[in-house]
Amino acid sequence: MADAHPTLAEQFDDLPQQRNAALLGMWTFLATEVLFFGGLFLSYTIYRHAYYEAFEEAGRHVKILYGSINTALLLTSSLTMSLAIHSAQVGQQRLLVRFLRLTIFLGICFLVVKGMEYKSDIDEHFVPGARFEHGLPAQAQIFWFLYWIMTGVHSLHLLVGIGLLVVITWMARKGRFSEHYNNPVVISGLYWHFVDVIWVWLYALFYLVNRN
Amino acid sequence: MNATLPQTTTPEIPDPPQRLLTYFEEGGHTLGSWLLTTDHKRIGILYLYSILVFFTIAAFAAAMMRMELLTPTGDLVTSETYNKLFTMHGTMMVWFFLIPSIPSVLGNFLVPLMLGARDLAFPRLNLLSWYLFNFGGLLALYAIAFGGVDTGWTFYEPYSSAFSNGHVVTMVAGVFVAGFSSILTGLNFIVSIHKLRAPGLTWFKLPLFLWSTYATSIILVLATPVLAMTLILVAAERIWGIGIFDPRLGGDPVLFQHLFWFYSHPAVYIMILPGMGVVSEVITCFARKPIFGYHFVAFSSIAIALVGFFVWGHHMFVSSQSVYAGLVFSLLSYLVAVPSAIKVFNWTMTLHRGRIHFDTPMLYALAFIGLFVIGGLTGLFLAALGFDVQAHGTYFVVAHFHYIMVGGMVTAFLGGLHYWWPKITGRLYPENLGRLSALIIFGGFNVTFFPQFVVGYLGMPRRYHAYAPEFQIFNVFSTAGTSILGIGYLLPLIYLIWSLKHGKKAPANPWKATGLEWQTPSPPPKQNFAQTPIVTQRPYQYSPEIEEEFIHG
Amino acid sequence: MNFRIFPEQASRIAEQTDYLYWGLLCLSAATCLAVFVPMFYFLFKYRNGKPADRTPLDLPEYKIEIAWTIVPTLIFMGFYIWGSRNYFAIERPPPDAMEINVVGKQWMWKIQHPEGNREINELHLPLGRDVKLTMTSQDVIHSFYLPEFRVKQDVVPGRYTTEWVKPDRIGTYNLFCSEYCGTSHSLMVGRVFVMSPADYQRWLAKGQPGSSLVESGAVLFRELGCSGCHMGNSVIHAPPLEGVFGKPVPLSDGEVIAADEGYIRDSILFPAKQIVAGYSNAMPTFSGKVSEEETLELIAYIKSLANQSPSLEVRP
Repeated sequence: MADAHPTLAEQFDDLPQQRNAALLGMWTFLATEVLFFGGLFLSYTIYRHAYYEAFEEAGRHVKILYGSINTALLLTSSLTMSLAIHSAQVGQQRLLVRFLRLTIFLGICFLVVKGMEYKSDIDEHFVPGARFEHGLPAQAQIFWFLYWIMTGVHSLHLLVGIGLLVVITWMARKGRFSEHYNNPVVISGLYWHFVDVIWVWLYALFYLVNRN
Repeated sequence: MNATLPQTTTPEIPDPPQRLLTYFEEGGHTLGSWLLTTDHKRIGILYLYSILVFFTIAAFAAAMMRMELLTPTGDLVTSETYNKLFTMHGTMMVWFFLIPSIPSVLGNFLVPLMLGARDLAFPRLNLLSWYLFNFGGLLALYAIAFGGVDTGWTFYEPYSSAFSNGHVVTMVAGVFVAGFSSILTGLNFIVSIHKLRAPGLTWFKLPLFLWSTYATSIILVLATPVLAMTLILVAAERIWGIGIFDPRLGGDPVLFQHLFWFYSHPAVYIMILPGMGVVSEVITCFARKPIFGYHFVAFSSIAIALVGFFVWGHHMFVSSQSVYAGLVFSLLSYLVAVPSAIKVFNWTMTLHRGRIHFDTPMLYALAFIGLFVIGGLTGLFLAALGFDVQAHGTYFVVAHFHYIMVGGMVTAFLGGLHYWWPKITGRLYPENLGRLSALIIFGGFNVTFFPQFVVGYLGMPRRYHAYAPEFQIFNVFSTAGTSILGIGYLLPLIYLIWSLKHGKKAPANPWKATGLEWQTPSPPPKQNFAQTPIVTQRPYQYSPEIEEEFIHG
Repeated sequence: MNFRIFPEQASRIAEQTDYLYWGLLCLSAATCLAVFVPMFYFLFKYRNGKPADRTPLDLPEYKIEIAWTIVPTLIFMGFYIWGSRNYFAIERPPPDAMEINVVGKQWMWKIQHPEGNREINELHLPLGRDVKLTMTSQDVIHSFYLPEFRVKQDVVPGRYTTEWVKPDRIGTYNLFCSEYCGTSHSLMVGRVFVMSPADYQRWLAKGQPGSSLVESGAVLFRELGCSGCHMGNSVIHAPPLEGVFGKPVPLSDGEVIAADEGYIRDSILFPAKQIVAGYSNAMPTFSGKVSEEETLELIAYIKSLANQSPSLEVRP
């Protein structure tokens, strides 16, 4: 393959093969991620069923304003990510960089809002442990433990996503992508949408279902 | 531009005009050329070094434990030390030896060769997983060296979070990181097998080793993340002092067991499926016959991987899970035994009207079948609910899973290592020593572990530092067997290392085997094949009627 | 030291488990014959260098495969049913069993007899009586294992598990902890003494218990202030406890739950978890205020009220 495309790795025969491998790799990784969060969603379901009232009471103290703003931010970021992918596929370099930056910006906004929410949670002692005193039943602490772990792990994923997009943006500015080669943009986008979808579930489970 | 390389019994490939540089030579011999390599073959060898280190440490712990158990009173080491020893043995063996053994060493080396590909789909990711693996291993070793961990490899709650005094968080972090290494390896294999098959290499022309590697990879990718999350929860609970498994809050420590075994039972199949793949390759080659029932052997691997996801509850028959859950898990456990039985029957039938050579790999493969049948049958014992109540948590279970994991996986690993050693190193090992080692291991293994079935049914619990005097006689046998087993493992280590320098040079195909990996020089060039092979035939086209000379060291 | 390969049989369950063991051993022997006899025959007959007819046979592969898939499956199902029947016998205590409480802790077994006798790492049992053990742990998971009776059950903190035996043979037997529980796990062992009923009565009397479990529970019930709300004509609105145990209880979320030991335990330690229909969540938690043994005494007392009816009218 002496005349191979410069972005074609040596183990692949042609660009479509490389692209398909990259896509399958990311989907497989997302399958892993689903199972990774699966254990937590399972635990949430079991305990919510066992301690229904404690979860309802605890859930009333979650700050829905922050959660809703964040949902809006993240859903918008998925839109900008999709636009970035589209720009890459039609070879619009400048638009690609712009949409990537916008996506990164929205992701950072999410983390800032989440940080503010965490701060107010800490200030109000919604951290399981000795200082958790709200007249709530003991199992409310399980709710809050899951809240911290699940949103925390999610934020970590978002942080990784932002790091990924920073690299992609840097590559895009260097002109590495074209309508023929844009796998890294596409698979980063898959990851980004996945992180977004996880948040939608978290939003529903922690912010919405407990207030009826 | 592609040359046709039919898979025939006598694959005579024309020597290329100039000799290609082997993967040892190309890129140089510097340390950097190894530590920064993305060549799957070199990474396989790196893994071999790593797991050898971890195996040695874990084997040392096992030897100490057996010495301690020679007498019923705990007099050699204190109970705390003993508890740390079996934790060290379990964690090191499971996560840092067994799980990466065949997949990461032989799998890394062979998957692209068997696919007729130049490398795995993601070579850099492959190197990353080796680094992650070692980083995880170092964390685990740190936890062991500086204080130790005494939870057992199962990290059962609430002991691991609230009561243990060891470095649980560091150990858990080590396993977590190593888990990511497994996931990346599995992902790499899945994508490679899907996307990098040589022209003509359809799914049903794949060697059975690839089918079993594929099944293993599915488990690696789908089960490991659940363990990762569970370990995060344990670590968080330990650091925080409070958590969702904490009974003081109404949390359920048995939920931990569900999550843990959801990974760790499929992990048992990570530890046996690749071994089955190796045995399928070896049996056909040394019986000079196509495998009997190719499709059934192939699909039984997939069936084991899939059904294996739904049997975790059989570790919990006496844990206070509901009796009805027990009924379901027992039923599924019996069903998952069926595909294993199918494999054994097919291997036996493959021998029929074959031309059987008793070379070292074949002796290991036959030892595998013998030990695996015993391990599998005792699995049926444990799947019977009423029986498990007696045997759960005793040495019966210890014996059972050692028959599968050590008798099965380690024997298959050694068989595979001998089989592909000429390909990997370009050298032949001394055949007679090889046969001797297989016999010693088979004998030593049975002396070590068979008495444990008996003492287990008598009621000796696992993880006992001191035990009732009536159990001593069986433990004496076990300890004696361990020393035989130790010699059996030491022997290949010595002569294989010796062969690296002094062994005869290996030809491309000393076993006259089919399969793409044998149609390239030994050791292969970095690109694996001078030209991409085209596959036209089904695998294992051996003819038992033709007499052939193998080339021995 | 007598050499044995099978443990003694101290109960009928032990006998049944051993039959199952024999059955499985026969299955193993048959399988080994079915696999290894042909295997050795082939290995011998078709070894390299020996002339033999090696022309490939055209065997009906699919039929063979299906046969050796179905036959083992059917045999396995037989053993599955056998094992499951035994399991039900092991797991389901007979209704009128005598009740003994077990509390596990690192690293000892604490045992309470209904008459109030307490013992540590020893369990005295009368011959021929069904005995149900109600077990819990005050720290980590343990497992109460009686090999000569072929029974075992994990002892889990935060819940009650049960195990039952009917000793059929007088003697002294092993008691092991079979779930790893820390440093001295292997010292968490004890003895089971099966005695004739008369000897058992003598042993009980010799122990001179101050008060039975029910009596101790009644004292605690007053001391902890439970009686202030749950008894008679108190002003606070709390459900009466007479006639509750063993009956279905309607909860405020519409569920109906059986009032067993676990339910009473949860109601003492986590009162908010299950609120009886028609009442509010007013009870304070006693988590951390009563030990596992005291909780069991309270439960014994509440159980003793099972056949009484509320002393006063149930207020709306």
